[in-house]
Amino acid sequence: MTYLTKPKLHHPELPKNKLGFTRRDYEGTVSTLCAGCGHDSITGAIIQACFELDIAPHRVAKLSGIGCSSKTPTYFLGQSHGFNTVHGRMPSVLTGANAANRDLIYLGVSGDGDSASIGLGQFAHVMRRGVNMTYIVENNGVYGLTKGQFSATADRGSKSKRGALNADESIDLALLALQLGATYVARSFSGDKAQLVPLIKGALTHPGAAFIDVLSPCVAFNNHEGSTKSYDYVREHNEAVNALDVITMHREITTQYDAGTVQEVKQHDGSVLRLRKIDAGYDASNRITAMNFVQERYARGEIATGLLYLNAHPRDLHDSLNTVATPLNQLNERELCPGNAALEKFNTLLR
Amino acid sequence: MKKIESVNDFVIKFANVNGSGSASANTLFAKSIMRMGVPISPRNIFPSNIQGLPTWYEVRVCEEGWLGRRGGCDLMVAMNPQTWEPDVAEIEPGGYLFYDSTRPMPQSKFRDDIHVLGMPLTEITNNAYSDPRQRQLFKNIIYVGALSALLEIDVPEIEKLIAEQYKGKEKLLEPNIKALHMGRDYALANLPCPLGIRVRRADRVGKKVFLEGNSAAALGCVYGGATFAAWYPITPSSSMAEAFAKHCRKFRTDPETSKNRFAIVQAEDELSSIGMVIGAAWNGSRAFTCTSGPGISLMSEFIGLAYFAEIPAVVFNVQRAGPSTGMPTRTQQADVLSCAYASHGDTKHVLLFPEDPKECFEHAAVSFDLADRLQTPVFVLLDLDIGMNERLCEPLKWDDSRHYDRGKVRSYQDLEAGARFGRYLDVDGDGITYRTYPGTHPKRGSFFTRGTSRDRYARYTEDGKAYVDNMQRLLRKFETAKDLVPKPERFDARKPSRFGVIYYGSTSPAMREALADLEAASVEIDALRIRSFPFHEEVIEWVNRHEHVFLVEQNRDGQLRTLLIAEGNVDPNKVTPVLHYDGTPITARFIRGEIAQRLGAFNVTPIKKTAATGGGE
Ligand SMILES: Cc1ncc(C[n+]2csc(CCOP(=O)(O)OP(=O)(O)O)c2C)c(N)n1
Ligand code: SF4
Repeated sequence: MTYLTKPKLHHPELPKNKLGFTRRDYEGTVSTLCAGCGHDSITGAIIQACFELDIAPHRVAKLSGIGCSSKTPTYFLGQSHGFNTVHGRMPSVLTGANAANRDLIYLGVSGDGDSASIGLGQFAHVMRRGVNMTYIVENNGVYGLTKGQFSATADRGSKSKRGALNADESIDLALLALQLGATYVARSFSGDKAQLVPLIKGALTHPGAAFIDVLSPCVAFNNHEGSTKSYDYVREHNEAVNALDVITMHREITTQYDAGTVQEVKQHDGSVLRLRKIDAGYDASNRITAMNFVQERYARGEIATGLLYLNAHPRDLHDSLNTVATPLNQLNERELCPGNAALEKFNTLLR
Repeated sequence: MKKIESVNDFVIKFANVNGSGSASANTLFAKSIMRMGVPISPRNIFPSNIQGLPTWYEVRVCEEGWLGRRGGCDLMVAMNPQTWEPDVAEIEPGGYLFYDSTRPMPQSKFRDDIHVLGMPLTEITNNAYSDPRQRQLFKNIIYVGALSALLEIDVPEIEKLIAEQYKGKEKLLEPNIKALHMGRDYALANLPCPLGIRVRRADRVGKKVFLEGNSAAALGCVYGGATFAAWYPITPSSSMAEAFAKHCRKFRTDPETSKNRFAIVQAEDELSSIGMVIGAAWNGSRAFTCTSGPGISLMSEFIGLAYFAEIPAVVFNVQRAGPSTGMPTRTQQADVLSCAYASHGDTKHVLLFPEDPKECFEHAAVSFDLADRLQTPVFVLLDLDIGMNERLCEPLKWDDSRHYDRGKVRSYQDLEAGARFGRYLDVDGDGITYRTYPGTHPKRGSFFTRGTSRDRYARYTEDGKAYVDNMQRLLRKFETAKDLVPKPERFDARKPSRFGVIYYGSTSPAMREALADLEAASVEIDALRIRSFPFHEEVIEWVNRHEHVFLVEQNRDGQLRTLLIAEGNVDPNKVTPVLHYDGTPITARFIRGEIAQRLGAFNVTPIKKTAATGGGE
C-alpha cells in the first residue's frame, strides 16, 4: 500500500465557502480502507462539517492512535498537520499539543479498540481534564486492523466472525464520557450524515471536551465462513498479491430517520442495530438525565443517538491551569528566561 | 581509650524515626556548620516508607571540601531505639554516641571502644512542654542545641538560620531559640564539651551554593525555556516536578494578569506523561518529563515514536536501585543502557550525565537546545544521590547573551519565500531535517507525523529502500550529535600515565577525592569524566591512548562499559569495571581501595600503604 494523492482538479463551479475553499480543499489522500467501511462515511462527514464551518484547514491539528479508524486523518484535511501516535495513546499527545498551542482546533480520531481497550485510561483522563477538542470514536465493535477480534465495546453475547461468543460486558464510551465530565457528548451512526454532520459541527465549535461515539460498521469481519464473499474465499479464488486489498466491495450503509423514532439498521453481517434518535423535547443540559436516558434505552436493546449532553459554559484545561492567553509555543525568550540577575539573587538564597 | 580527635573533618549521623520532624532540625544543624565556612555534604538515607520507620541523615564535615560520602561515622545521634544495634555498631572506634538517657541503657548495650554521651532528652522536653506535638518537635531543636555545645558551633549562626526559617511567623521564633538554649545549657553543664571532634570557623565555602540536584535541574528547565511539563509521582524524581512548579510560580507568572507562562500536568501515568511531552514538543513547546527507572520502562513505546518521528522530548531520569521496584529510595546508575536504547527496534538516544547540582542546572538548560537541534529525545541521567540531597557547588550562572537554539524550523516567512520543504529531506547533509509547527502556513509545510515508515516527504511507505535511507539518516544525525553534546572533562596525572579511570555523574566527588589520595600515595593515573552519550571522539582517543582503563560505575553490569565497547569499538580487555551497587552512594574509600588493589595486580609500584588501601565500608 502506498500513499495516493488525489488529483486536485477543481470543477470551476464547485461551491465555495466563506474562505473561498471548495469541499475538495478539505479532502486528504485516497482512502485505503475496505470499500464500504463505515469509517469512510465519517471521513466524509468531517470534511463536510469543516467545509460548512469555514474552518481554515491548516488551523486544525488532527491526531489519532492506531487502527483502521486511526488511519482516517490522512483522508481528510490534507493541509492540516496530522499525527498518528501509538495504539490507544492519542489522548495524551493531544493534551500536550493543546497545552502548547491553545489556538488550534484539535480533532482526535480513534477506534473502539484504541479507546475502550488499550487506551481506556487515557480516554478517561482526557475527558476529565476537559481538554478542548473534538474526540470521535469510530466504533465497530471489533479490531479491524488486526482482523476481527472483539473489542471492549462489543455487546455481551454477540458472535465474532469466527463464531466465538463474547462473554464480557461491553463498555459504553458515551456513558463513560458523561460520567467523566465531557461537556459535549453525542452518539451517531456513520451512515446518518444528516445527523452526524451537525453533531461534528457542534463538537468542533464547543470550547471544551466534546465526544462523539459513532457506530461504524466493519465490512471485512462480517463475511462468514461458507460465503463466497468471505475473505478466505476471495483469497483462494483471486490472483491478487496483497490479501488486504481484495476484500469484497460493499456499499456503505446509510440511513435517515426522524427524531424520536427508532430505526433498525441491518449491518453487513446481518445483525441489526436499533437506533433511537432522541426527540426534540429531550433536555440535553442535564448530565444525570442523559446518563439515565442512555442506560434505559440500552436496557431496551436500543442505542440512543443524537446530542446527549451539552454544557454550554464549559471550563477547559487551560482554565484549570490558569495559562496565559498567548499560546505557550509563542512566548519569547524574554518572557521565559529570568536572566542572570535573577539567578544571582536566587543564589544568595541558597547559602 | 582512644578518642577521635579532629577539627573540621568528621562524619556525624542522625538516626531518627520518619515523621518525627527531625528533618528540619538536622538541616539546621548542617547549615550552621556551612555558615561557619566549613564545607558539608549531607545525605538523606531513608527507606521506602512514609511514617514510623527508620531514617538517617548523615553529614560529612570536611574542611578540604570533599563532598563524596566518606563511609563510617564518628558521632552517632541515636534517636531511634529500633535501629540501636546497627547504629552503635557503625561508630568508628574512638567515636561518640549521643543518646536519650531518660531511660538509661545498661552498659552491655554500649561498646567499650566508644564514648557515650547520655542526655535525658525526653525528660527535659516533657518537663518544658505539655503539648505532644511540641514535645516531639522541640526535642529535635534541643538536641541541636546540645550538639552546638559539644561541637562548638557558633550559636548566632543557628539563631540566624532559625530566624530565616520563621520569617513572617515570628511567634514560632522565640520558642525555638528557647529550646536551642535549653539543650545547649544542659550540655555545657553536664557533658564533656567540647568533644574531640569539633568545628572551627574557616573560609572554605565562599560563594558556593547549597541545593538539591532536582531543584537545580528544575531551575535549568525554567532557564532553558521549558513551558510544558508532565509527570507522574515517583521517588526520587517527584521533587523535581514540584521544584519546577515552585520556580515557575516565582519566575514565570505574567505580572499583569497573574496567569501562568507554563503548564504542568500531573498525568495519570508515565505513558501519558511522555505522550503529553511529545504532543507539546510536536507543537513547538519546550517540554519535559521527569521520572525514574520504572517510568522509563513504561515510556519506552512512546520514546521509540519520538525517536522515529523525530520529535524533541526531554526526559529526566533520577535513577534509583532496580531492577523492578528494586530499592526505591536507594541510589544507582543502572538505567544507562535502558535509556541509551529505550524502545523496540534500532534506536539510540542522547544521554547527559550531570555531576552536581550546578551541572544539573546547566545540562537541563542545554538539553532543550539539544532536543530541538537534533529533534530527538534527550535523557538527563541524575540519580537519587545527586537529585535528592543538598550539595555544595559553585553558584549558578546564566549568560544573558545566550539564545535558545530552536533548531531547524521553517517559519511562515521561509515557506512563503518558497523554501523547499520535505519533512525528512536531509538538506544540509547532517542528518537533521526541517520541521514546521502545526498551523504555520495555510498552503505549505504541513505534513503527517507517524511512527510508521515514511519517505522523505513524510508519506507512508513500506518500501525497503526508503526505510533504509531513513534509518541511515538517523545514524548520520547521531554522528552529528557527537559534536553537539557536552565534551568530556580530562584530568591528567602529574606524570604521563599508562592508566586511566573513567567515571560519570554523581560519582564525581568521591572520585576526585580518591584520585587525590592515590596521587598522595604516588599513584599516577589519568582521569576522564564522561558527560554525554554519544561519546565524543575525544573519549575513544583517550581510551585508545591508555594501556588500561578502569570504569567506575554504580551498577552491577558495567553499563557504561558495555556502551563504550558497543558504540566506541573499544577493546573489552582494556576496560576493567569497578562497580559499586549496594544502593548507597559510592565512597572515595571504596574507589581508591579497588583501584589500588587492581593496580597491584598490574605490578604498579610504589603504592604507599595509606588509609587509601583496605577498601570496604
Ligand atoms: C501496543 C500495541 N499493541 C497492539 C497493536 C496492534 N493493533 C493495531 S490496531 C489494533 C486494534 C484497532 O482496533 P480499533 O481501534 O477498534 O480500530 P479499527 O481498526 O477497528 O478501526 C491493534 C490491537 C499495536 N499497534 N500496538
Ligand atoms: S477492516 Fe473493517 S474497520 Fe478496517 S477498513 Fe476494513 S471495514 Fe473498515
